[in-house]
Amino acid sequence: MNQFDSFLAHLKTLTAAGYMFYGLGFITLLSAITVVTARNPIHSVLALIFTFFCLTGHYMLLNAQFLAIVNIIVYAGAIMVLFLFAIMFLNLKQDDEESKVTLTKTAGVIVGGVLMVLLLSIFNAAPVGTYNPGTFDAQTGMVERLGIVLYSDYILPFELASVLFLIAMVGAVMLGKREAGDPHF
Amino acid sequence: MDLTVLIIKSLVILAIFGITLLIATYSTYAERKVAAFLQDRIGPNRAGPLGLLQPIADAGKMFFKEDFIPAQASKWLFILGPCLAMLTALMSSAVIPFGDSIKYASYDVPVQGLDVNVGILYVFGVVSLGVYGIMIGGWASNNKFSLLGAIRAASQNISYEVALGLSIIAILMMTGSLSLRHIVNEQANVWEWNIFTQPLGFVIFLTCAFAECNRTPFDLPECETELVGGYHTEYSSMKLGLYLFSEYINMFTSSAVISTLYFGGFHYPFMTQVHDALVGSLGDVAGHNVATLIGTVVLFAKIFFFIFFFMWVRWTVPRFRYDQLMNLGWKSLIPLSILNVILTGAGLLYNIKYATWAIVLVMVVLGATNAIKAPRRKPVAVPQV
Repeated sequence: MNQFDSFLAHLKTLTAAGYMFYGLGFITLLSAITVVTARNPIHSVLALIFTFFCLTGHYMLLNAQFLAIVNIIVYAGAIMVLFLFAIMFLNLKQDDEESKVTLTKTAGVIVGGVLMVLLLSIFNAAPVGTYNPGTFDAQTGMVERLGIVLYSDYILPFELASVLFLIAMVGAVMLGKREAGDPHF
Repeated sequence: MDLTVLIIKSLVILAIFGITLLIATYSTYAERKVAAFLQDRIGPNRAGPLGLLQPIADAGKMFFKEDFIPAQASKWLFILGPCLAMLTALMSSAVIPFGDSIKYASYDVPVQGLDVNVGILYVFGVVSLGVYGIMIGGWASNNKFSLLGAIRAASQNISYEVALGLSIIAILMMTGSLSLRHIVNEQANVWEWNIFTQPLGFVIFLTCAFAECNRTPFDLPECETELVGGYHTEYSSMKLGLYLFSEYINMFTSSAVISTLYFGGFHYPFMTQVHDALVGSLGDVAGHNVATLIGTVVLFAKIFFFIFFFMWVRWTVPRFRYDQLMNLGWKSLIPLSILNVILTGAGLLYNIKYATWAIVLVMVVLGATNAIKAPRRKPVAVPQV
C-alpha cells in the first residue's frame, strides 16, 4: 500500500510530458506484446509497425525530431513494407504446427528469459545522465547538431557503417543476379 | 502560445484541410472534363450548371451503394485499409508553406500548418507510409487479384522512393536545410528556382511523383487489363470512394510539393516590389496581408497547373509494362539521380550553380545522335492500283 501511495504521489508531480511518456510507454508495451502473441503473422507485423510508431513518439519526446522521422522512413516505411511483402507472399495461413514442438518452445523461453535478465542487469547498472534545465540547449538532437557530431567525433564509425552497407548491397545484388541459364520468372 | 496566435493558426490549419478536400473533390470533376476535352467529348454536363454538381452526385451515389465485405475477408483490416489510405494522404499537407505570413496587430503567423525543421523528411516519411493502405486493403480482401495489386503497389513505391529521395538530396545540398519554408525562401529570385538549378532532379522527382501516386503511366496496381480492379477489386461503396479520393488528395499534395521544391512556392517575379507598393499604399498590416494573399494565389495557380499536368499525362501516355516500370526505376532513374547528386556536389564545390545542366546537355546530345544513327524505317510499299 505504501508503494502504491508513493506511486500516486509520483504521478501528481509529473508534467504533461511525463503523462505522455507513461501513456505512450503503455501503448508501446501493449503493441510489442501483441507482436509475439498474435496468431496471424500479418497481424503480428502490423503490431510491429505500430510499435515503431510508438518508438517514434518516444524519440519526439526526447527532442530528437530527425531520428523520429528517420525511424518512420527507414523502419516503418521501407523495412516493414518488405516484411509485410514477404509474409503476404509466403501465405502462412495453414499454420505449420510442426515447427512449434516442445523443444523449440522451451529453447525460445530460455533464450528470451536470459536476454531479459541480461538487459535488466545492464539497464540497472547503466548510468543515467542528468541535465540542467537552466543551461539545456534546445537544439540538442536537431538534425544540424546530429550532423556536426556525426561528421566530426564519430566520422570513423559512420564511414565504416557505410562501407558495411555497400558490402551488404553488393551481396544482395550477387544473390539476386540472374545467370544465363536461370529460369525466367 | 498566445490565444490570438492559436486562433489564427487553427483557422489556417482548418482552411488548409478544407481546401485540400475541396480541391480533391473538384479534381474528380476536372479529370473527367480534361479527359473529355482530350478525347473531343463534352464530359459531365447534367448535374448543375456545366456539370458542376457532378462530384456531389458521385459522392451521393457512393454512399447509397451496398457496403459489402467479403465473407472470407479479414474484416477489421478490410475496413482499416481505406482509412489508412485517406489518413496518410491527408497528413502530408501539414508542413507545406502555403503563403508568407499573416500579420494581425503585433503578431506574425506563418501560413503553414507547422514549420518543423525536418519538413521535407516528414513529407517523405508520410509518402512512404501511403503504401500500407493499399497493401492492407489488398491482402484483407482475400482475393488473388487484390493481393497481386497490393504487391505491385508495394514494390513500385519502394523502387521509386529511392530515386525520389536521391533527387530531394540534391535540393537539400543546394539549400542546406530540411525545412520547407527555408527551401522556399531560398528561391526568392526567379532564376534561382530549383527548376533552373536542378532540371534533371525535377524530371526525376516528377516521374517518381507519378509513380508514388499510382497515376498513369504507372498505375500498375490497378491495371484493369491484367488484375480486374487491382487492390480495390473487392471494395464497394464509400470504401472504394475513399481509395479513389485519396489518389486525388495525393495528386494535390504532390503538386504542392513539386511547386514548393522546384517552382519557388509562393514566390513570383517582382514579389518584393509588389509587396513594397502594397505596404506603401495600404499600410503595414493590410498591405502585408494582401501581398501574402497574392503569393498564396500564385502558389495555387502553380498547383492547379500540375494537377492539370497529371491529368494531361494520364489521358495521353499509355501504361508501362511491369518490367519496363522496374527497369526505368532501377536502371535509369536511380543511376541518373546519383549522377545528379555527384554533379550538384561538384557544382557546389566550384561555385557553379547551374552545373547539372551538363547532364541535360549530354543527354540531349546522346539522344540526338541515337536518333540520327538509328536505322531508318523503310517506307511501307503502297499497292499500285
